[in-house]
Amino acid sequence: MKLITAIIQPDKLPDVKAALFAAEVYKMTVSNVIGCGQQMGYQETYRGAVSEVNLLKKVRIDIAVNEGFVQPTIDAIIKGARTGKIGDGKIFITDLVECIRIRTGEKGGPAIG
Amino acid sequence: MKALGSRYSGGWRGVLLAVAVAAGSAMAVRAQEAAAEPAGLAVAAEPAAAGEEAATVSAELFAVNNTWMMVATFLVFIMHLGFATVESGLNRAKNAVNILFKNTMIPAIGLLTYALIGFNLMYPGEEHWILGRFLGFGGFGVRTGPEGLTSAYNAGYTYWTDFLFQGMFAATAATIVSGAVCERIKLKSFLLFSTLYVALIYPWVGSWKWGLGWLDAKGFHDFAGSTLVHSVGGWAALVGAVMVGPRLGKYTNGGVRPIMGHNLPMVVIGVFLLWLGWFGFNGGSVLSADPGKVSFVLVTTSLAASAGALGAMLTSWMVQKKPDLTMVLNGILAGLVGITAGADVVSVPASVGIGLIAGVLVVLSVLGIDRLRVDDPVGAVSVHLVCGVWGTLAVGIWGEGKSFAVQLLGVGAYALACVLSAAVLFGLVKLLMGLRVSKEEEVLGLDVGEHGMEAYPDFQGFLTK
Repeated sequence: MKLITAIIQPDKLPDVKAALFAAEVYKMTVSNVIGCGQQMGYQETYRGAVSEVNLLKKVRIDIAVNEGFVQPTIDAIIKGARTGKIGDGKIFITDLVECIRIRTGEKGGPAIG
Repeated sequence: MKALGSRYSGGWRGVLLAVAVAAGSAMAVRAQEAAAEPAGLAVAAEPAAAGEEAATVSAELFAVNNTWMMVATFLVFIMHLGFATVESGLNRAKNAVNILFKNTMIPAIGLLTYALIGFNLMYPGEEHWILGRFLGFGGFGVRTGPEGLTSAYNAGYTYWTDFLFQGMFAATAATIVSGAVCERIKLKSFLLFSTLYVALIYPWVGSWKWGLGWLDAKGFHDFAGSTLVHSVGGWAALVGAVMVGPRLGKYTNGGVRPIMGHNLPMVVIGVFLLWLGWFGFNGGSVLSADPGKVSFVLVTTSLAASAGALGAMLTSWMVQKKPDLTMVLNGILAGLVGITAGADVVSVPASVGIGLIAGVLVVLSVLGIDRLRVDDPVGAVSVHLVCGVWGTLAVGIWGEGKSFAVQLLGVGAYALACVLSAAVLFGLVKLLMGLRVSKEEEVLGLDVGEHGMEAYPDFQGFLTK
């Protein structure tokens, strides 16, 4: 079992969701984050004072998958999120030790679904 | 991203420009005051005999009339706050500063250009028609002699009240356009277009009716501006929305994606401010404090607004399965726009009918215009153009002694003039500086792109889908 964490551009979320659904990955957790990588920030001004904004709005998608779904999920995320420009985002894959469905108590692969 | 920062480096040039503009306007004002004879009086007064003005009503009645007209001016003025909050609330947070900026500058620019050109273009006065009764101009600037301050000028208001009241209307026509092109039009392109449109087109076509031009001679009736204000703004809004194109991601293959407003409470505040303002918009268009006429007009106005809300609610509930708040708010505005042409000449039941039909029309129009893939974020075209035309034609149906054919003629004449001039002006602006912001800026938000600031820096205005 793996936990796939993807950080993507917010306006690519609809495309990534569509690609994931096409790959039959329906379960995910989405959160709003701010962050930066290679993408530089931008300037804002307010009544004469200038500030640098370099933590940019991003969207984080967390998906728990069974081994067979790891590659299709990665491919789907890349397909939906890639634009070729700096700022497209990153995908992190971590080992998932356990997964439990709260309603039934199922564990492991069946709990991921 | 560096390019956005360099926008700020033109600071010293901006200061020089501001100083030049200030110097230029100061000189223009001095030249105005130096001119001795009054020009552009809307009503020819009897020559004053031995210093006594030829008063047409008692001083007390004149004071009451003028006071009401001034209050009406304030009410129409506050409509700009209504427009600002409606438009900003119905759009995304990342564009709020830009929308508010446009809605702040439009009344300012509108009043200034009305003083310089608009008032005398709209009301040339009998001696200043140039091209038949199709185009006239009473001269630059506003000035009046002593008769302009008395009922010799008009039984209902002084020259200055006349100017300011009408000036408030001018800016409302321009601000209608901003709702249809927001979230993707360049700020300077919009400001240039609006300045030209409100300075030249609005007063010129307005002279055809209120300036006693050719349409007035034919018996066309537009009490407070369903055509002259709302459809004039509405046609330009339609042309603008088409020429600037839809927002990114609004229309997909065969589908419409909703782009939701970020603050519905503000939209409600705005609509009720607009309704409040309409008491002055219609009530003041009586052009006096005549108790019977004003009180009647306020009733037809309010009943049409209420019926508009009801019509929109029923239509929205049936078509969309669940009642949509933004639709009923648009319905109130639709009813108000619809009654604006004939609030003084239709009966109370007719005003309810006009409002009800306007409410139905606005919902169907919002849905229909999206089907045509014309992106109108706030429904400006549906509220102001569609219901403005409806209200004008309704006068021909229910107005005592009014002709449907003449109303239709008026609608057609304004359609032709406004569509053509808006297309020409937008085309000119597009040639000079482009109309639309870049894709990156549209995604990042015009607040950061055009203004380098955010409306809600402490809140994280995030997407939820």
